[in-house]
Amino acid sequence: MLGALFMLPAALLLLMLLAYPLGLGTWLGFTDAKIGRPGQWIGLDNFSFIIGDSLVRLALFNTLFYTIVASIIKFALGLWLAVLLNEHLPFKSFFRAIVLLPFIVPTALSAIAFWWIYDAQFSIISWALVKLGWIDTYIDFLGDPWLARASVIAANIWRGVPFVAICLLAGLQTIPPSLYEAAALDGASGWQRFRRITLPLLTPIIAVVMTFSVLFTFTDFQLIYVLTRGGPLNATHLMATLSFQRAIPGGNLGEGAAIATAMVPFLLATVLLSYFGLQRRAWQQGADR
Amino acid sequence: MDEFKRRDFLKTTAGVAATTALGAGPALFAPDAAAQTYKVVPEKGAKLRVLRWKRFVQGDEDVWIANTKKFTQMTGIEVRVDQEGWEDVRPKAAVAANIGSGPDIIISTMEDAHQYPDKLVDVTDLANYLGAKYGGWYPIAKDYAMHGGKWVAIMMGAAGNAMVYRESMLKAAGFETFPRDVPGFVKLCQALKAKGTPAGFALGNATGDSSWTHWLVWAHGGKLVDAKNNVVINSPETIAALETGKQLYETFIPGTLSWLDPNNNKAFLDGQISLTANGISVYYAAKTSQDPKMQALANDIQHAYFPLGHDGKARELNLVFPMMIFKYSKYPNAAKEYLRFMMEKEQYVPWQEASIGYVCHPLAAYESSAFWTADPKKTPYRDCFKNGTPGGYAGTMGYASAAALADFIIPNMVAEAASGAKSPKEAAERAQQRAERYYKV
Repeated sequence: MLGALFMLPAALLLLMLLAYPLGLGTWLGFTDAKIGRPGQWIGLDNFSFIIGDSLVRLALFNTLFYTIVASIIKFALGLWLAVLLNEHLPFKSFFRAIVLLPFIVPTALSAIAFWWIYDAQFSIISWALVKLGWIDTYIDFLGDPWLARASVIAANIWRGVPFVAICLLAGLQTIPPSLYEAAALDGASGWQRFRRITLPLLTPIIAVVMTFSVLFTFTDFQLIYVLTRGGPLNATHLMATLSFQRAIPGGNLGEGAAIATAMVPFLLATVLLSYFGLQRRAWQQGADR
Repeated sequence: MDEFKRRDFLKTTAGVAATTALGAGPALFAPDAAAQTYKVVPEKGAKLRVLRWKRFVQGDEDVWIANTKKFTQMTGIEVRVDQEGWEDVRPKAAVAANIGSGPDIIISTMEDAHQYPDKLVDVTDLANYLGAKYGGWYPIAKDYAMHGGKWVAIMMGAAGNAMVYRESMLKAAGFETFPRDVPGFVKLCQALKAKGTPAGFALGNATGDSSWTHWLVWAHGGKLVDAKNNVVINSPETIAALETGKQLYETFIPGTLSWLDPNNNKAFLDGQISLTANGISVYYAAKTSQDPKMQALANDIQHAYFPLGHDGKARELNLVFPMMIFKYSKYPNAAKEYLRFMMEKEQYVPWQEASIGYVCHPLAAYESSAFWTADPKKTPYRDCFKNGTPGGYAGTMGYASAAALADFIIPNMVAEAASGAKSPKEAAERAQQRAERYYKV
């Protein structure tokens, strides 16, 4: 009884701030709610509507492309950085603090910085390259569809790498040094030590970190909203930004909610993948197998 | 202005006729019979909350707040004015309408009053009073603010859009005056490009500055919907417009596909482009700057009307501002009184002047205000509201027109065709499909 009482505040918070909005959002997706007008239940109409919408399909492609590319690179760079920071470096604490900076800066602020960096007329990258004589005209970072996709992915990576790196670094520090010493005595090379000790022992934390990283990337909004508003030619519109565009400025709450709800299966798949990935490695937590 | 006291205020509400009959007001602003009849008694102990968009030019905010203080001094009604970025006001207004709670008055944008007309206070009496007193409302004000034969908003005006150009560069390109038709405009852009001083118009998802794409389509006779709200964007007229768009895009400075609202201002003020479409804020920024370079730029800046369409008519899309009183307000009369006060000549004209005409008036009499012609550079912005065309042209305004506008259907279509990502025919077909989804209901 007392236990249940202690759990009550947390349960209430979860119900009110997470379960209720999620339920309401999902419900709205099945209605024709407009701003200022409560909706009627219309079943799957919104979903059949968005499946037939070329812009939603483009946004889905953009979102998957953005998430997959950004997540892979964030993982590779994050792991690399974590391994580096785990070495005995001079000023180790200082470097670790510096690495976190991109993650600490509010997204809206760093997005504005990137907006200037990528500006068609004022880009510092283009300016520097022109001064060096490497290019003649400014690079149209956000004006060309594929270049714009690459640019927003680069900005997302810059912001997301510290999270992956610091979490993996924490994981690395839980690996007992005695394992490495034993491997060194057995004559294992650096690569073998990484492949046979570091990676297997790091897998559970990789699963958790990458689940979060994928979730954050898949639902990204601020970066796109500040940098491109989904342009050029909707090449960087993500599900989240399109959902907002349709629901709030466009007034179609039901349709916007349906687009947001359509993201849930993808997010759920990521969570399940990570969950089963963890389960398979139950031996690492001391199970018999 | 400062001598305008409580006594005068009471006269205005209760007996305007007496003052004017004695010749106190200029003939231009002479009220007719309807003006005498308007009287509203604010609720006792009324307090108001107003939410409006954050100023684009400082003068607007300063005088709006000063006028509000004057209102409080004269009526005892406290008014709190909250300001938000203009794109944030619309969702907030929608939420206020949805939940039935929020500011008493919201000054929002575009066809918001048509999105939830049943949540808004009927202000027909006030609109009739102001219209009768100030030379009548321009027709577009009625399009935006009237729903079902009733006024559900009072129009504050519109952030006018005009052509902003560098006079010296126009002359260097061989043009003495700004062209009044589309072919002449294309030739001008080509000549500017040849001189190395290109034009630049936003083709990204820029909520305000992509509105020139609507002008482009309308100028060729194209439109999203007909008068019965049938989607007719996939038409030969639209395709002709998109062909022109392609020609224009070739003359633009590189990068316009990514341009959002601030980009053209930045590029123009940096001297990188010679011509763009914008509000008067570019000129304001240059003119109020202490930098001698900016002052020189301000001298060189000129403004022009958008070129006329194929039928010789002006059709421009401007950012309009409806002022809405919500039914949940406990003080609707006080709110009406506030709006009346702010729209009266004594407040409106100095406010407009302080913001160097950033907001163009919706009432015809205000076009005679001296400041519009004292600096001829401001004159094209005087007629923006008069020349305006509603976003839902040529159909009715409501959910579908708001959604189509918010989804950038026309700007995307022009951008797709202009950049060569799609042929004009493909771009028009896609726009047709996208618009039909909104207009199906």
